[in-house]
Amino acid sequence: MADSKEMKKVLFGPILDSNPIALQILGICSALAITTKLETALVMSLALTSVTAFSNLFISIIRNQIPSSVRIIIQMTIIASLVIVVDQILKAYSYEISKQLSVFVGLIITNCIVMGRAEAYAMKSPPLMSFLDGIGNGLGYSCVLIIVGIIKELFGFGTILGFEILPLVQNGGWYQANGLLILPFSSFFLIGGLIWVLRTFRPDQVEPKE
Amino acid sequence: MSAKKETFGKTVGVVLAVCLVCSIIVSGAAVGLRDIQQSNAKKDQMSNILQAAGLLSEANGDIQGTYSKFVEQKFVDLSSGEFVDAPSADYDMYKAAKEPSTSVKVVGNVGFQRRADVAPVYLVHDTAGAVTRVILPVHGSGLWDLMYGFLALDADGETVRELIYYQQKETPGLGGEVQNPAWQAKWDGKQLYKDGEVAIEVKKAAGDENPYAVDALSGATLTSNGVNNTVQYWVGDNGFGPFLKKQAWRS
Repeated sequence: MADSKEMKKVLFGPILDSNPIALQILGICSALAITTKLETALVMSLALTSVTAFSNLFISIIRNQIPSSVRIIIQMTIIASLVIVVDQILKAYSYEISKQLSVFVGLIITNCIVMGRAEAYAMKSPPLMSFLDGIGNGLGYSCVLIIVGIIKELFGFGTILGFEILPLVQNGGWYQANGLLILPFSSFFLIGGLIWVLRTFRPDQVEPKE
Repeated sequence: MSAKKETFGKTVGVVLAVCLVCSIIVSGAAVGLRDIQQSNAKKDQMSNILQAAGLLSEANGDIQGTYSKFVEQKFVDLSSGEFVDAPSADYDMYKAAKEPSTSVKVVGNVGFQRRADVAPVYLVHDTAGAVTRVILPVHGSGLWDLMYGFLALDADGETVRELIYYQQKETPGLGGEVQNPAWQAKWDGKQLYKDGEVAIEVKKAAGDENPYAVDALSGATLTSNGVNNTVQYWVGDNGFGPFLKKQAWRS
């Protein structure tokens, strides 16, 4: 049985040490598209974290039964089912946000983080550790999404979660909203900047020169 | 990865078992949550209509109450422009458009093949009971798929108040800007007809003071063309034109 130190490493390691977006550069597509507002970023983080955690859990439970010739298909089936369930729950309990997220919840199926963790970790590890690994990687993804979401919403709309922080010129305030930040591709700069900052403080994450 | 679990029978068995369990979970979730989803969809539809009515901020969360207080659904025979009784209790013009007996073929480039004979309209009343806005359901093709929306007109049947799209699959940030409040606001006050002919259009550099044209969305030519065709079709003679000319809501 794994000790608590290892559990901690599996759970919190992916936030800074091996962040799926910053170090492994996985799951960028959805991170670019849905971070315009913090609220959607939060819901997306929650959805991805739960899908990664539970797909890791279920795959790990049956990992000794999965024939290796069809393992990817089985992983995809489990992930796809979980994503549909999450999508249905969002539609039932959070209709507005599910409309904003539109296809991106469905696209969690193709998110490399989920698939990557299932194949790289859950196929070899016991259920509890796999579950924690899923949550950890989900948290790593969430961290980046939330930081980008805060920056984009604050400087693009002058709000945080819809509350006005910087009064906009249109509403009689002083802040001129930065339209560039509302567009999806501005996340490229922000995520790039985050990776730069992270690697400045953690030089061990820099890839060796070829 | 031992060799013994690689037999053909076991592989098929595991695959079948996984599929079975997954399909039970998925269909369970879909069936179990359907009621809540449908009531959400209905409420969402009401709030879209209230938005087109300009009452959403007043409603203050009480969608159902505000809707039943100010909005009245009526049905219009599109060819004659007269009010008719509801064809059925849960009439859906988009389903009716699929049946040859309840629809007519569409000529033109609006993006769908048939339209229903009867369409719902939503009349918005003020507290005194007078009609203040007429809301028409419109749809037409955008770049990727059909876009569905509501066109809200003043009681004169000529002045646009809102064009609210509630369902579209356009590119976010480009064509998806049809839902941008700044662009929606450009429709307010535009005139549909000039000398009895449909004059409204969506075009580049239309200018705010032109009463018959709305600025196209930048980077979304095909979506803008779609909006143009949609509005022109639905306020034209094949759409709500006869109804808007007769102004049946005044009697």
